[in-house]
Amino acid sequence: MNEMLPDEIHESLLATFREESLEQLTELETTLMELEISPNDPEVINKAFRTLHTIKGNAGMFGFEDIEAYTHDLESAFDFVRKGTMKVCPELIDLTLRARDGLLVLLQGTGDPNTVRPEMEKVMTLVAEFLSQGQKVILDDPGQEAAGKKEDRGQGSGGGGAREKPESSVRVASGKLDQLVNLVGEMVTVQARLTQLVSERPDPALEAVAEEVESLTWELRENAFSIRMIPIETTYRRIKRLVRDLSRELGQEVELITEGAETELDKNVIEKLTDPLMHLIRNSVDHGIESAGERIQAGKPEKGNIRLSATNAGADVVIRVEDDGRGLDAEGIRKKAVEKGLVPAEVDLSTADIYSLIFAPGFSTASQVTNISGRGVGLDVVKKAAEELRGNLTVDSVPGQGTTFIIRLPLTLAIIDGLLVNVAENKYIVPLSIVEECVFLTSEAIKSSHNRRIIRLRGEIVPYISMREWFGILSEPPDIQQVVVVREGDRRIGLLLDHVIGEHQTVIKSLGKVYRNVDGVSGATILGDGTISLILDVSRIMRVTEETESPVFAA
Amino acid sequence: MKRVMTVDDSASVRMMIRVTLSGAGYEVVEATNGLEALKKLSEMDVQAMVVDLNMPEMGGLDLVKKLRRIPGFLSTPIIMLTTESSREVIQKGKDAGATGWMVKPFSPEQLVNVIRRVLS
Repeated sequence: MNEMLPDEIHESLLATFREESLEQLTELETTLMELEISPNDPEVINKAFRTLHTIKGNAGMFGFEDIEAYTHDLESAFDFVRKGTMKVCPELIDLTLRARDGLLVLLQGTGDPNTVRPEMEKVMTLVAEFLSQGQKVILDDPGQEAAGKKEDRGQGSGGGGAREKPESSVRVASGKLDQLVNLVGEMVTVQARLTQLVSERPDPALEAVAEEVESLTWELRENAFSIRMIPIETTYRRIKRLVRDLSRELGQEVELITEGAETELDKNVIEKLTDPLMHLIRNSVDHGIESAGERIQAGKPEKGNIRLSATNAGADVVIRVEDDGRGLDAEGIRKKAVEKGLVPAEVDLSTADIYSLIFAPGFSTASQVTNISGRGVGLDVVKKAAEELRGNLTVDSVPGQGTTFIIRLPLTLAIIDGLLVNVAENKYIVPLSIVEECVFLTSEAIKSSHNRRIIRLRGEIVPYISMREWFGILSEPPDIQQVVVVREGDRRIGLLLDHVIGEHQTVIKSLGKVYRNVDGVSGATILGDGTISLILDVSRIMRVTEETESPVFAA
Repeated sequence: MKRVMTVDDSASVRMMIRVTLSGAGYEVVEATNGLEALKKLSEMDVQAMVVDLNMPEMGGLDLVKKLRRIPGFLSTPIIMLTTESSREVIQKGKDAGATGWMVKPFSPEQLVNVIRRVLS
């Protein structure tokens, strides 16, 4: 169509068309699911029609005749619905969703056209059939009030749950944002060097400039990160769709309640989070929620509930997947784990320990492999994914009442505020977000506590771990050491080290393969003087310490 | 330079109209719906408009009807865009006061020809 236009303009036109259409397909999906809840809402019906109409019109304008053809009948169907000669029913929504998925593949140009086209043809045949039948059905059923009869495509009738668009925004390629954040990371590193240099040659003017650069860098960093934050809502949308499809597939009604859709996470985290979350949901629908019969017998409502929530907790985001199903069967899990050789039969395990076995590689509770979760991926994959995002996954369950999976993730991955500390000549970073306080510890105090490795903090006893021992540093500790008290969840522990140097903006660099298995270290960073400092993986340190069955690390 | 306003909720259609018409020597301003168009028109003059029929907030028909009641816009050429070519729809457009009609999909050449004709 665009012989008149130069190639590069034509290209960017196509890119705009694609992006816009992908957005519209997302909107269509949301609208269809809204429609499922309120099938007679003229506002929603109109939105579905308009979206299909725009997709079709644009596809025609930009030469995508296949997409235009595929949307044609669907548009007609919703036009009938809009005019009241047809009613919304689950079949129509199903078919439209299926078509939407096919269109998505066609637009993205990813999947194999040889599988998509036959699927689309099939859907189209079904839509055509549906159209002829649908019209009949409504004619047989004249008593029903016609939905959306009045023309209301002018001014919106207000309300109707329609969300307002954000006031003004610019679309930016995500690669550019990544680049920006990388540059900010470099900037932070250089700034640290500047600060270091200034501290070595005192010059008030230079100091003032360095200070200003420091505060600007900090602001720049905050800004760059906030740009990359997106609400978790996008993931929720996909999960809603998943739950809907699953419950139809299993013939079991499951209601998904979502909370905290506005909670923001780094774009990269959200991208990597979606699959693990979908897996957890699939797991809950498949293993957690009982069949309708079982539920009724147990005195529960027939419809299963899954609550998906996201909340901010300090520098973390906590995501919970809660079902009101049968709960975990501790004895069953234990047996299975023993069978699989994951634990020796004679070991005495706490319930929490048994529950955590479901995250062990190769563990699967399903005695019957279903189409839904029997995909060769276990919960270990979800746990690994959470850990790769510097987070963790835990489970809690009340037999007969339900299971809760909890994913805890840091807000952002690239730069954190850290506390720079040292043991002998080695420097380490403790994530500032978990630091509660720092206290001094004299060698007398250590002696007087009979080496029990605890400190008293305003009447409370806090155990501590010697970082000198953890990292096998042989030199003698100074007379006065410091304990950095950190908290994670409801656990509190002290890290005994030589000195607390101060706060440090930490650009996280991942460690190479060789160092990946170093216990208690999650990454590294480059300091102002060019030396490397390791970032402590405090939750790992806590866990290992607990596993040694004593809050005190064995010397 | 003559100024043309494109009113369409679809960014790709606006972009297509913008590149086509600016390539033909027109200045192009954009609005995403009828309301936005009205707001922008209160701040600037345009010599012609290309208006989509179906838009959220305020659709094309309502926009044309409103404009034709404003003295400055009694004779401004307004081309309506639609995907339907039914007589009924076109009649509605005429009644509202549209100057002409273009059915999507249209080519850049068609667009330039129509705009040249209404502005000559």
